[in-house]
Amino acid sequence: MSNKVWVYIDQFKGEALLTSWEVLGAAKSLAEDLGSGLTALVLGHEVGPLAELAGQYGADEVLQADDPILVDYRPEPYTSTIAKLVGEAQPEVILFPTTSRGRELAGMLAVDLNTGVLVDVTALEVRDGDIVATRPVYAGKLLANVLTKARPQIITVRVRAFPKANQDANRAANVVRVQVDLDEAAQKSSVLDYAEAGGGVSLSDAAVIVSGGRGMSNNPALQAPAGLDEREAEIWRAQEGFKLVGELAQVLNGAMGASRAAVDAGYVPYQHQVGQTGKVVAPDLYIACGISGAIQHLAGMRSSKLIVAINKDPEAPIFKLARYGVVGDLHQIVPALSEAFNKRLGK
Amino acid sequence: MKIVVCVKQVPDSAAKVVAENGKISWGDAPLVINPWDEYAVETALKFQESQGANVIAVTVGDESAMEALKHALAMGCKEAILVSDASLQKTDSQATARVLAAAIQKVAEGEGVDLVFFGRQAIDGDMGVTHAQTARVLGWPALTLVSQIDNLDAAAGKIQVQRSTEEGRQVVEGKLPAVVSVGKDIGEPRYPSFMGIRKASRAVIPTWSLADLGIEAPQVHVDWSDVTNPPVREVKCEFISGGTAQEIAETLADKILEEKVL
Repeated sequence: MSNKVWVYIDQFKGEALLTSWEVLGAAKSLAEDLGSGLTALVLGHEVGPLAELAGQYGADEVLQADDPILVDYRPEPYTSTIAKLVGEAQPEVILFPTTSRGRELAGMLAVDLNTGVLVDVTALEVRDGDIVATRPVYAGKLLANVLTKARPQIITVRVRAFPKANQDANRAANVVRVQVDLDEAAQKSSVLDYAEAGGGVSLSDAAVIVSGGRGMSNNPALQAPAGLDEREAEIWRAQEGFKLVGELAQVLNGAMGASRAAVDAGYVPYQHQVGQTGKVVAPDLYIACGISGAIQHLAGMRSSKLIVAINKDPEAPIFKLARYGVVGDLHQIVPALSEAFNKRLGK
Repeated sequence: MKIVVCVKQVPDSAAKVVAENGKISWGDAPLVINPWDEYAVETALKFQESQGANVIAVTVGDESAMEALKHALAMGCKEAILVSDASLQKTDSQATARVLAAAIQKVAEGEGVDLVFFGRQAIDGDMGVTHAQTARVLGWPALTLVSQIDNLDAAAGKIQVQRSTEEGRQVVEGKLPAVVSVGKDIGEPRYPSFMGIRKASRAVIPTWSLADLGIEAPQVHVDWSDVTNPPVREVKCEFISGGTAQEIAETLADKILEEKVL
């Protein structure tokens, strides 16, 4: 156990989150730069197949902590398990994916090891044997470049910031089963149940995001059903508009987003919100429909590769970030765009 | 029942934040309570109302951070405490967590603290780990990203929550005392009432130093001093116009496909 670079493989019910392989790729190139092998951490119960996969994706060694006490993710036993392994092997750097689990594990592990932690890093560089990490702060309005002298360095890597490692079915790591000695009676929390999320692609993983804003409710051609008051009619019109956004997202195999204004107005649930108090995203293609571009929203999507905006106001700030723009009625353009892509993508 | 809510003061989310000569500037934008923390205060106040809990807002910062505490008081918190010390000029998430943990321990002297609420992250540093780190320092369970509290039974020493994760919701039961961080889906925070604002403006907020907490300044591991503006996005928007909506859409679809991002 002498590898300098470690990577945590985030899993749910035995399946790795896609971003785990992105982080493994980032860790692999870091290990090469530091002249070291790569150790992957796989925690859970009956996660042997996952340990094998980590080898196929490029880990040289896998530490497999496999125990019934780890079957459901809980931060405390997971942190204690990792802290013990780190204490024995003294790696230089440990990478985690920036997922709900990776973020808190990294933070708590830093406490156990009394070292620094950096979350949501978008770039890594080796400088004189030290790692310099870049991470957005203020929702991407600024970038912080940080060199941490404390060891190990604990870093979580932003989803989609690094390419996925290549899988080679013939590759295998040295899988080491490590002992877990935790007492269930000493645990302070227990997982009772799970409820699945309602379908669709999640915003942070999506390669394409189509978002709607306040403008979704402004379709003059739409007559709300009788019996609704003014506000209910506005929400009804907006939800009809969001159906068009959802359709376009579906055609492009993407996710549906929304501005804070649209969420606050009750058009769509909060989990769709992109921006400073929603999700910060960086898809390959971001299509903004009826979003004028408040600074909080722009901060949350400005790193998208290609931005397209459809808005009736030619002065809308969103056009300053957009590569292509259409000034017009989104209620006509968006369905036409779905149809145009349907034709071209052979659906 | 005693509940602590940890809050932070940050530049308003509408602020144009830039790096000037390596220093962070937000112009004349106001400093406000971190928007996520308002959800934490709201959640705590619900238990002040339903179970007679005493809610105490705590922040770490300089004198200017009083404003965040006053907002929490105006919303309805019973007490507020500022932890301030000259040795805390530079800090990181873990150092803050260690100071907060010590402050929570001091609040807990006597009848104890049952729950600590946090917002999921602060909109300046965007780290989102201080709550989990504080829980770890205290040795209390961390229940993060909570979107619903199903049950809080202080007598039985238990709380049951629903956490929002990538896969959906995880229902977890934790032993009290516990640290809970909440997201926006926990429920809209109230606006401070006129009476609340008047009360808050007259409130005397005690300031605790590290000596009061009985700790030395914690070690700071992360140096945040190298901050830059992100590279300017050199894009010129090409407007597509002319023709029917169908014609515009056809042209736009072709242009997007040519970019080879799909």
